[in-house]
Amino acid sequence: MISNQSPFVQDTTSVSFIMFLVLVALIPGIMVHCFLFGYGILFNIITASITVLIAEYLILKARNYPVKPFLTDYSAIVTGWLLALSIPSIAPWWIIVIGSLFSIIFAKHFYGGLGSNLFNPAMVGYAILLISFPAIMTKWPSAYSSLSFDEQLKLFFFGMSNYDAIASATPLDYLKTELLLNKNIDQILAEPIIKANPLIWVGVAYLLGGLFLIYKKIITWHLPLTYLLTLFLIASLFSLANPNNFAPFYYHLLNGGTFLAAFFIITDPVSGPTTPKGKIFFAFMVAMLVYLIRIFGGYPEGIAFAVIFMNICVPLIDKLSQPKVFGHD
Amino acid sequence: MKLFENIFKFNGGIQAETHKAISTIERIKKFGIPKKIILPLRQHIGRLAKINVNIGDYVLKGQLIANADGNVSAAIHAPTSGHIESIEKLPIPHPSGLPDFCVVIKTDGKDIWVDKKPIDWKKLGYQKTVELLISSGIVGLGGATFPSHLKLTKKDHGAKLTTLIINAAECEPYITCDDMLMRERIDELIKGINLLHDFLEFEESIISIEDNKVEAIEKIKKAIIHEKNISLKIVPTIYPSGDAKRLIYLTKGIKIPKNTRSSELGIQMFNVATIVAIYRFLEFGEPSLSRIITITGNIKKPRNYEVLFGTPLEEIIIDAGGQKINNQTFIMGGPMMGFALPSIQVPVTKAMNCIISAEPKMLKNDAPVLPCIRCTRCAEACPVELQPQELFWFSKSKQLDKVEEYNLFDCIECGCCSYVCPSNIPLVQYYRFAKSEIIEERQHQEEANIARERNEFRLARLEREKIERAERNAQRRAQTSSDEKSKLVEEKRKAIQEAMQRVNKEGGESL
Amino acid sequence: MLITVGVIIFLSLIIGVALGISAIKFKVDGDPIIEKIDSILPQTQCGQCGYPGCKPYATAIANGEADINQCPPGGDDGIHKLADLLGVDYKPLNQEHGVPKPKSVAIIDEKTCIGCTLCIQACPVDAILGSAKHMHTIIEKECTGCELCLPPCPVDCIDMVPIKETTENWKWKYPVHKLKVDERATP
Repeated sequence: MISNQSPFVQDTTSVSFIMFLVLVALIPGIMVHCFLFGYGILFNIITASITVLIAEYLILKARNYPVKPFLTDYSAIVTGWLLALSIPSIAPWWIIVIGSLFSIIFAKHFYGGLGSNLFNPAMVGYAILLISFPAIMTKWPSAYSSLSFDEQLKLFFFGMSNYDAIASATPLDYLKTELLLNKNIDQILAEPIIKANPLIWVGVAYLLGGLFLIYKKIITWHLPLTYLLTLFLIASLFSLANPNNFAPFYYHLLNGGTFLAAFFIITDPVSGPTTPKGKIFFAFMVAMLVYLIRIFGGYPEGIAFAVIFMNICVPLIDKLSQPKVFGHD
Repeated sequence: MKLFENIFKFNGGIQAETHKAISTIERIKKFGIPKKIILPLRQHIGRLAKINVNIGDYVLKGQLIANADGNVSAAIHAPTSGHIESIEKLPIPHPSGLPDFCVVIKTDGKDIWVDKKPIDWKKLGYQKTVELLISSGIVGLGGATFPSHLKLTKKDHGAKLTTLIINAAECEPYITCDDMLMRERIDELIKGINLLHDFLEFEESIISIEDNKVEAIEKIKKAIIHEKNISLKIVPTIYPSGDAKRLIYLTKGIKIPKNTRSSELGIQMFNVATIVAIYRFLEFGEPSLSRIITITGNIKKPRNYEVLFGTPLEEIIIDAGGQKINNQTFIMGGPMMGFALPSIQVPVTKAMNCIISAEPKMLKNDAPVLPCIRCTRCAEACPVELQPQELFWFSKSKQLDKVEEYNLFDCIECGCCSYVCPSNIPLVQYYRFAKSEIIEERQHQEEANIARERNEFRLARLEREKIERAERNAQRRAQTSSDEKSKLVEEKRKAIQEAMQRVNKEGGESL
Repeated sequence: MLITVGVIIFLSLIIGVALGISAIKFKVDGDPIIEKIDSILPQTQCGQCGYPGCKPYATAIANGEADINQCPPGGDDGIHKLADLLGVDYKPLNQEHGVPKPKSVAIIDEKTCIGCTLCIQACPVDAILGSAKHMHTIIEKECTGCELCLPPCPVDCIDMVPIKETTENWKWKYPVHKLKVDERATP
């Protein structure tokens, strides 16, 4: 605040405080993930945090900007954590490093830095990884293998030649491939890989974190509620129409990082819309696109592409959804 | 019903610490007559007042020393008796720090009143009373200084006035002058309300007050027990509930449309201090000579004072003990909308409702201003439901036509957006800048249009003169006949020959 | 074959008549682009652009004879507006035509004025009051600061005074805050 003009008092919330609360809200999900699948995810998170800070420092210096205010606003760390939580926790170290570098340097700073990025940086990093290394990105830790700390560490740094013992597809991925083999929904849902999949609990933990963010007024209800509602409605529509080929709504809601997306990814303030009506429209379209990509698209999970596509439309959404000013008709 | 008492809530607003307790412990102190009174000629919205005294004149208390110039202007009176010492440019309380014309009175301490008489408005009639009010110098004492006689219209665009809302909200932190006025002079206020009620024939009068003024609410409740026309509306303490359009919405649930005065919808609003001033003028013939001012903040003895206009501010600060932590910075107005005074060598004016001695945390300048992260907290806080982030982006990049399109001139500069911004962006500064630029551009456009007209007229005039000259020459040539023409030529030739001979002779002689 | 030819002739007649009617009915007097350019120019009528006034310069721009960067009183703002209007690229002010100066008004030193009326004839907006052998004075409000009255004055009694900032014409300045290390901090 420049204190030679009013207002001379200021609220104490700062950008770093907001980002810090987002990190705090992610912790329950991280803890549940660690409990169920081991420490692999922590390696990813730590590596992500270090990489993003180094990348941000280097590029700030290159752009001749002051380093301290931007490094301490934690926005890069939030990007790093979100990326680390989107990729498989058994992925080798260079995956997260490449993803973080692309997120910070290309998706954030090449567009102008904090506040100027057109696309969600974490999703850009994820999309690049998914397209470049599809094999590694589809190997998620299996529910039945519990790796020890040492094994996780070795996996992280040196990788493995054969992942079959410890890795498997995600429920969504499995669903897609099995449907292509013309299996019935009921048959698929009865399979143990789906029934006993504990990734659901990670989703629930993210839900709790997200509700905490709404309580603390870091995000508003428009985006998450619309997203979940739309996904619920369209999934129900399709599954009621054709229960044999389309999974029921709770399947779509509980799997695939839906809650992570609803509360943390689509609510990125910089790349998202700024008006309440715009937010509702944005979340609605993202949910539709996610569902369509899941069912008809080439990838099992469509959050990244749906969000990136809607980011392009955000300036137009903003322009067309301007709310009515007090006293205007 | 209690449940529906406050269903109308405007969007946004902020709830900041009010800091009102420190200046409401002591009663209002009547500040004495200073040695010199400095009266700026511009203490109101509208044209400068026209001086009608000379240097050396002796003036009495309440004597008119400057007339209102036209309708949108206000008069200035001598607050006490004394001699006019000088009329010159002196520092005034203005954010620019530039000086302006002031009348300086050297007081004689005798405080002799001019012959003042109560005004029987019932006998005089509406029209004459309003004319007298133009010379009363009364302007809105809530800080806006709008000449009050302009708000005393009985009808606006055909709509009859139905509701009088008395603005007792005082929503800005630190300011308590209206609160203390209500605590100590509630009877004058009630009498004033009744007077206005009858004068403008309102149907109802509502006192709207924030719920944090507990003592004042008690006093009002007691005073209006038997008043059928006056009711009390308690609104929640959210800044800026005291803004006129917001308060009307809170009280009556009506949103005044853009470019419409509230009187066109039958609602008129006055500040409590203005009502007391109007009452005192009509009841006792006293023009606007003094006001209550809060001295608070980082000061040793914070309290409210009743001061004459023109009192040097420095004397009041000294009486209040001076600053606790010396930083030489004083804010006129509230912390949200006030401005830092260039110095305290300025006089008290009609607009000065509060002086805050700056607390150290108000001057902390070290937090960096980060780029906008589009979090839209500003839009959630804006009481006018604007999009401050859009206005900021366009103001920053100086795209002035787009800023106007996004309704910049609806902005009331309340400061809620800057208050909540997590990136510490001084948003209101950008809006003030943009508004100044747009107004200046409009002025330049007007001046350019006039210059273009004058230039075109001049070119047309030159053309016209050329044509007229050619016509005149043609006429003259046509009138002169050929005989006369050859005679003229002969005469001219003879004169030239004689002159040549003269020259040759003289030339020969001199050689 | 005949029918085709007939249809085409018929259509061309109809379209021709429609064009003719609209050419008469919707005719615009004067060339609107010149007026639009003229409304952007600052109307100082100083002639620094090389043309005797703002309207001739506007006409020259419309005809493609003059460039958009020849007006110093219009400043960078004016050039940007002209570039936007005409759909051409912005280019910086051509320094050969002068440099932007703070807005000034002329003032006559009355002790020195000899009443020759040469300045009155020079002023493009008739802002000078006076007549032969009588005192001349400049109407401050109408003076555009073009400086055309300075050269003709035989006794050099006219000065240009920059307009002072008073409480009436003071305006809020563009906020500047330190964040970046490079010169991008200044506007």
